Amino acid sequence: MLATDQTILREAEAWRREGRGVALATVIETWGSAPRPVGSHLVIERDGNFLGSVSGGCVEGDVIAESLDVIENGGSRVLEFGVADETAWRAGLSCGGRIRVFVERVD
Amino acid sequence: MKLDHLAALNAEREARRPAILVTDTGDGTQRLVLETEIDRDPLAEVLRERLLSGKSGIVEAEGRSFFLTVQVPPVRLLVVGAVHISQALCPMAAALELDVTVIDPRTAFATPERFPDVTLLAEWPDDAFARLAPLDRYTALAALTHDPKIDDPALTAALKAECFYVGALGSRKSHARRLDRLHEGGLGPEDTARIHGPIGLDIGAVTPAEIAVSILAEVVATLRRDRIRGKAKGERADCMRHDIDD
Repeated sequence: MLATDQTILREAEAWRREGRGVALATVIETWGSAPRPVGSHLVIERDGNFLGSVSGGCVEGDVIAESLDVIENGGSRVLEFGVADETAWRAGLSCGGRIRVFVERVD
Repeated sequence: MKLDHLAALNAEREARRPAILVTDTGDGTQRLVLETEIDRDPLAEVLRERLLSGKSGIVEAEGRSFFLTVQVPPVRLLVVGAVHISQALCPMAAALELDVTVIDPRTAFATPERFPDVTLLAEWPDDAFARLAPLDRYTALAALTHDPKIDDPALTAALKAECFYVGALGSRKSHARRLDRLHEGGLGPEDTARIHGPIGLDIGAVTPAEIAVSILAEVVATLRRDRIRGKAKGERADCMRHDIDD
């Protein structure tokens, strides 16, 4: 099923209530041409299952890796992705924009 | 995020009440502000603005950076008339993530066989509206029965509730007669000017499915009108004028 912004947070709550480790990633700022608007969510659970998106698929892999770390160790962090930002992150946005993503654990 | 905050966000969405989650992006601390609590919040002014625009985003205050997750009720489409066009419209509207309800007091039309997987109320519009969450500015209404006894009360209620989109099926001639009836019923021209009639963007639609596309395109164009290129913010989109110009 296609995950919508309406179903993503519901699923996040359901996963957490089942006792699974869950992290929520949210696009908090965009510059230039960005694939997903501010407020878009990606929900990740401990086993790597995820719903939603924070980009058109360009940086999800790195966001998921960071999210698994947040699920393990708690806290929150802000990630930034941009085009050709290869030293900080393997991933880049081919559309030429930049995004910031807030990742947090659901406690 | 605390599970309590997440659960509360979900509950508010189900109840069609707006809410804002305020996150300090520096230390990750959060608070959830319900619509009724906004006036007491230190960021009251900016929260009220955000609620009107429905846009999430960063605000700088007290030397800190806060992200506001603005959650407004899901966009809802009320379809008055369980007609052929509505059968084509419902699955398309669901794909657009609209929360769809079909209303038609004619039980021969309003059958679950004709409308699988849709909330269907075989009632007069006023009775149906009394049972649903109140009409609001996050609601669109499309009146498709061609029957004034059913369409007119629905249109009147939608205009009074400031629904963001109000459309009515019918030719220019029948729309002119509809406006006369609504004006006799006490609505002003400034109210009825908000009705999209004849309904739908002018894409030359012929079949029920094509008309459904034109209606949904017009709903989206109204919802997103401040993003339409070449239009100043707040200005009415072309979609709201094409039937006057041609």
